[in-house]
Amino acid sequence: MGKTLAEKVWQDHVVVKGEDGAPDLLYIDLQLIHEVTSPQAFDGLRQAGRPLRRRDLTIATEDHNTPTIDIHKPIKDPTSAKQISTLRDNVAEFGVRIHSLGDKEQGIVHIVGPQLGLTMPGITVVCGDSHTSTHGAFGAMAFGIGTSEVEHVMATQTLPLKPFKTMAINVEGELRPGVTAKDIILAVIAKIGTGGGAGYVLEYRGSAIRALSVEGRMTICNMSIEAGARAGMVAPDQTTYDYIKGRDHAPTGDDWNTAVEYWETLRTDDDAVFDAEVSIDANELEPFVTWGTNPGQGVSLSDEIPAPDSFSDPDDRSAAKRALEYMDLAPGTKLKDIRVDTVFIGSCTNSRMEDLRAAADIIRGKKKADGLRVMVVPGSARVRLEAEAEGLDKVFTDFGAEWRFAGCSMCLGMNPDQLQPGERCASTSNRNFEGRQGKGGRTHLVSPLVAAATAIRGTLSSPWDLENQNDQIAKEA
Amino acid sequence: MEKISTLTGPIIPLRYSNVDTDQIIPAKFLKRVTKTGYEDALFHGWRQDPDFILNRPEYANGGILVTGADFGTGSSREHAVWALRDFGITAVLSPRFGEIFKGNSGKQGLLTAQVPEDAIEQLWAAAEAAPGTEITVDLNEKSVVSGELRFGFDIDDYTRWRLREGLDDIALTLQHEDAITEFEKRRPSWMPTTLPAVASDA
Ligand code: SF4
Repeated sequence: MGKTLAEKVWQDHVVVKGEDGAPDLLYIDLQLIHEVTSPQAFDGLRQAGRPLRRRDLTIATEDHNTPTIDIHKPIKDPTSAKQISTLRDNVAEFGVRIHSLGDKEQGIVHIVGPQLGLTMPGITVVCGDSHTSTHGAFGAMAFGIGTSEVEHVMATQTLPLKPFKTMAINVEGELRPGVTAKDIILAVIAKIGTGGGAGYVLEYRGSAIRALSVEGRMTICNMSIEAGARAGMVAPDQTTYDYIKGRDHAPTGDDWNTAVEYWETLRTDDDAVFDAEVSIDANELEPFVTWGTNPGQGVSLSDEIPAPDSFSDPDDRSAAKRALEYMDLAPGTKLKDIRVDTVFIGSCTNSRMEDLRAAADIIRGKKKADGLRVMVVPGSARVRLEAEAEGLDKVFTDFGAEWRFAGCSMCLGMNPDQLQPGERCASTSNRNFEGRQGKGGRTHLVSPLVAAATAIRGTLSSPWDLENQNDQIAKEA
Repeated sequence: MEKISTLTGPIIPLRYSNVDTDQIIPAKFLKRVTKTGYEDALFHGWRQDPDFILNRPEYANGGILVTGADFGTGSSREHAVWALRDFGITAVLSPRFGEIFKGNSGKQGLLTAQVPEDAIEQLWAAAEAAPGTEITVDLNEKSVVSGELRFGFDIDDYTRWRLREGLDDIALTLQHEDAITEFEKRRPSWMPTTLPAVASDA
C-alpha cells in the first residue's frame, strides 16, 4: 500500500521507532523561538545543566507582545519588556540567532521562517505556538508544541511522538473572484467542527488548492489547528519551488537539484489510503464570516445568524447560545447588517504581501467608514518594507487606516493593540475566542478582502457588495 | 515529576464544554517568565464572578476537575497546565481533550482521564447535590470512584506508564543519544541551518 505525504515525511524523520504503543522519536529540523513560550524552556535547560543541542537549527524572533508603534522607544508594559529582555539574555547565553525588534527580518515567527527560506518541503518544524501548522503549506511537517517540548527539542533536537492519523481535505473546483484561501479554511472548519481534526494531519488537496499561491496555502494550513488538527500540509509543487528559490537559506547548486528531486517524491501515492476524507466544492464557496466565539461557528456572509435551536447536537446548541450572548447578536440577523467598530488586517493567517495587496486593491482611492478604526499590521518588518516600496502604506493611510510595525498585535492583544469591552471587530486573524483580542471584545473572522470591504461600508461586507453598490450608484446616476 | 498511583480530592463540577486554553489562562498571564505561581491566573475571567464554581470554599485547595467535552482546545500554552496544577487540580476528567493540552498534561504530571459523557453527568449531579463530594482516580485500575459511582476511564498506555513512573521526558530521550547522533550524520546537506546568518540580515 502506498503512503500519504504526511507518512513519508514522518518516516524519514524517525530516529527510534516506538515499540508497543510507545511514541516514535522524531528528528526536528528547525525550531522557531519567540519570547512567550521560551523563557521557561531555557530556564529548564539551565536548571538541569543541559546544553542547547543544535543552535544551528534554532532561530528566534520577537513578535507576540512587541509594540507596533514607537518601536524605538522602551517597551512600556513591564511584563512585555521583561519577556523580551529575558529572550535576548537567553539567546545570548545559548548562542541562538535572533531577529529583534527593529531588525529587517523581525516579525511573526511563522512569517519569518518562510521568508528566510528556512521553511522547505520535507522538513520537520516546531515552535511553541499552535499556528506552526502554517509551515505545512510547503509540504513540511510542522506543528505547535508546549514549553516543555520546546525544552525537549532544545536538549535533544527530537520529540517523542505518536504518529498522527491522516485526513484528506479535497477542495475541487474554482474559487469565484472575491473568494479566497481564508474562506476555504473557514468553510472547512465550519464543516468538520473545532474538534473534527483532532488527532489528524490534514492534507489539503484538489484543484482549488493547487491553484493557490504558497501564501494562500499558508493561510489554510495556519488554521488547521482551529479544526483541532495537529498539522496541515500541502504537497510541494512548482509553485512551492518557485517561492523558495533564491531565498536566503534556500539550497543552491547541486543541493538545489538534490532537494527538488527529493521534494518531487513528497506526494501522496495514488494507492495510499487516508484515515478520513472530507470534500469541499470550491465552486460553491462564498466569502465566509464567523458569528460566534469559536472558528467553527461560521457561515457565508450572505446568510443570517443561525438560531441555537437549529443545531441538533446539544453541545453545539448551548455553545451557540453562549456565543450569541457574548457576541450580543440575535438569531436571524443578517450578517451584512452587523456594524463593526474596528477592522484588523494582520496576524500570521493574513499579513503577507498577497494579503496586503488584495486589501489595498479594494480600498485604493476610497475612505474608510465614519467612526471606524482600521489597523493594518504587516507580518514582518520585511513585508512592511516591501509594501512600502509598492506604495501600499500610502494607500492604507490615505484610506484612513493605521499603518503599523510588524508583530502579532491585535491577533491576541498581548501588546497595547486591544479591543475595548463590547467593541466589535472584523479581523483577518484566526481566533474569535472570548476576550482573545481584548477583554469583552467581539471578533468576526474574515478574509482580507472582506475586511477591506467592511472597512469601506462599516458593516460586514464582501467585495461583491461593493460591486453591487457601484452598480447601484451607476443606475441612480 | 512525582509518581502517581491514586489521586483523591473533591469533585469540582465545571459544567462547560469547549473550554479553550484562553479561558483556562488568559493571554496576559503568559508574560511571566517563571514556571510556577499561576494559581491566581486559572480561569481568571470567570473567577471575577463571585458565584463561579472555583470561588467556592470547598475547592479552595483544589481537587479533581470534572468538565464537559473538548477541554483544553485552542492555544498550545502550557501555562494552562501550570495554572491547573498550581491551583491544586491533580486530575481533569472530560469526555474529550484538546490534543496539545493532553500532551502537555502528561508531561507535567497532570492526569487527564477520558470519561464518557453520561459518567460526567452523574459526577456533576453528585457534586452539586453534595458540594465537596470526594472522588478517587486510580491510575493502576484506570477507574474513578466516588461513593456508589464507579467508571472506567481512557488514557493511552504510554502516558499512563510515564505518570506511574514519574519519568522526565528529556532523560528518557537522551538514552537514545547514539541513535540521534547517527541520524544527524545522515542529514542531507540541502536541509536548512540557521547559522551562519546570511548577508541580508546585516
Ligand atoms: S499572529 Fe496570532 S496566531 Fe499568529 S503567532 Fe501571533 S499570536 Fe499566534
